[in-house]
Amino acid sequence: MSIPTTILGKAYVLGDNIDTDQIIPAQYLTFNPAIPEEYKQFGKYALSSVPPSQAGLPKGHVPFHTDDEFLSPYQFIVAGKNFGCGSSREHAPIALNAAGIQVVIAEFYARIFYRNAVNGGYLIPFESVERLCERVCTGDELYLDVAQHTLHNRTTGERYALKPLGEIAPILEAGGLFPFARKSGMLKS
Amino acid sequence: MTPMTLTEKILARHAGRDAVQPGDNIWVDVDVLLTHDVCGPGTIGIFKQHFGKDAKVWDRRKVVIVPDHYIFTADKMANRNVDILRQFVREQDLPYYYDVGTDKYKGVCHIALPEEGHTRPGEVLFGTDSHTCTAGAFGEFATGIGNTDAAFILGTGKLWVKVPPTMRFVFHGQLPPYLMAKDLILAVIGDIGCDGATYRALEFDGDGVYALNIEERMTLCNMVIEAGGKNGVIAPDKVTLDYVNARNKHGVPYTPVYTDAGAKFLFEKVYDVTKLQPIVAKPHSPDNRATVSEVRGTKLDRAYIGSCTGGKLTDFRAAAKILKDKSVKIDTFVVPATSEVAAGLKTEKIGGKTLEEVFLSAGAKVGPPSCAACLGGPSDTFGRLNEPLSCISTTNRNFPGRMGHKEARVYLASPLTVAASAVTGVITDPREYLE
Repeated sequence: MSIPTTILGKAYVLGDNIDTDQIIPAQYLTFNPAIPEEYKQFGKYALSSVPPSQAGLPKGHVPFHTDDEFLSPYQFIVAGKNFGCGSSREHAPIALNAAGIQVVIAEFYARIFYRNAVNGGYLIPFESVERLCERVCTGDELYLDVAQHTLHNRTTGERYALKPLGEIAPILEAGGLFPFARKSGMLKS
Repeated sequence: MTPMTLTEKILARHAGRDAVQPGDNIWVDVDVLLTHDVCGPGTIGIFKQHFGKDAKVWDRRKVVIVPDHYIFTADKMANRNVDILRQFVREQDLPYYYDVGTDKYKGVCHIALPEEGHTRPGEVLFGTDSHTCTAGAFGEFATGIGNTDAAFILGTGKLWVKVPPTMRFVFHGQLPPYLMAKDLILAVIGDIGCDGATYRALEFDGDGVYALNIEERMTLCNMVIEAGGKNGVIAPDKVTLDYVNARNKHGVPYTPVYTDAGAKFLFEKVYDVTKLQPIVAKPHSPDNRATVSEVRGTKLDRAYIGSCTGGKLTDFRAAAKILKDKSVKIDTFVVPATSEVAAGLKTEKIGGKTLEEVFLSAGAKVGPPSCAACLGGPSDTFGRLNEPLSCISTTNRNFPGRMGHKEARVYLASPLTVAASAVTGVITDPREYLE
């Protein structure tokens, strides 16, 4: 994926320390993401270990998708601190990508998840300036201006500043580590 | 020249630079790439997609493949993934593959690596597993990466890294007999939080660290990822070099690296180990710290001793000290990390009995070496929490669903505390069972 200039979609809201076991439980890691049919399966099980009371804040008990669907109706995840902590499994950003998530907005990320999201080009990991998981509700309609790094909540009318993507922007724009390395001459094409 | 920390110095050398600073993005040369059955197949797929169907890895002697996650299972997909590794090893003619069902089979990769001589001071190790940081105990830079990064290394032998700032943790004093490295690292994680070291290196230092054996040092470095750390590291001393030289059967030369006098640390904390208490991390986060005395008496359904964190011979020696001539009151699972550890359970004796005899006669179940239930896995995994049980475990993570059922409650503790709790069925201070 290279970066679109604007993204419009619905928000799914989670709390702090959403770890990779909650994003994609270990029992599903037997699928091989290098096989397209199996890649799709990760979407079906994305976020399936989030405790129901924490799933779809502020109320909770909002399923990310129904059991037999591969795609979620949400395009944005809004979360608190330390999103993606835990394992190094690239299956985590893959699961969110396979479920149709284009952007995660968290206060900050665990470093391996962040690297994997960027280097694999699966989604855009934005960092928020303020704690948005208590401002945005699951189901709110969000409009993201990528270049201006601003987020407009069309449901509430609020606008939020996000941190600039900084040094990851050129990697995301290229579409991930491999195209970036080719573009910068690090890899021969 | 500006003084550098051990981590900065290793990264500078591997980037061909005289110096680096925290925050620099650099390309480094990789000494060893590790992968396993869960992330190997995806890595191989990306490698072929980008470098071609017939591409060869950059250096066949620098790739180590250790199937360890889903081994003793009837799950067809899991077994298929091991077949993918096998086929790749054959076509690439890789010498360091520890195949399931053969004499070479090892078990948990982070313990297999040093046992088989793949960890050396001063080197750069990347692995497709977050607990790759364990190898920092050998004075090297070691960290976990994903499939895309690993595929890039397979083809090029290089990876970009951001140089982390270093936090320094100094331990003073001789560890009392009721404490283990697990208590020290749970104390650190409890103090700084499970995001307290995000993007940072953790350097452990002090006479309290150098008094630990190599396996205990591995436990310390193993769990830095639970504080968000990029890597954990301990400068090599005689203990390190004796271990490494005894195992370096491939004769690979290496250069130990040490932190410069005057190097800058982002943070420093000093502990007197004689003043610490046995610690647990309560559900559902490794930083949810309590002293054992604060939670003693909490009812348990199960005890688990195993994994890269708590499945080494030192861990089983400690557990056996408490379990000898006793019976467990709750289901207790013993999983040696590797085949070498498993062999040790059959040969090493305590009070005339082998460690394995101690566990079996106490009523524990002993399983074959692998990651097993530490991360749940397929439903037929040995020791997996298939029900919403309360379990005390020597493993490393207790996030919801980690060991199987998403409503299970996992308490992380040292092998001493887990063994004492197995005897009573409630969280128990090991001091009650140590002379």
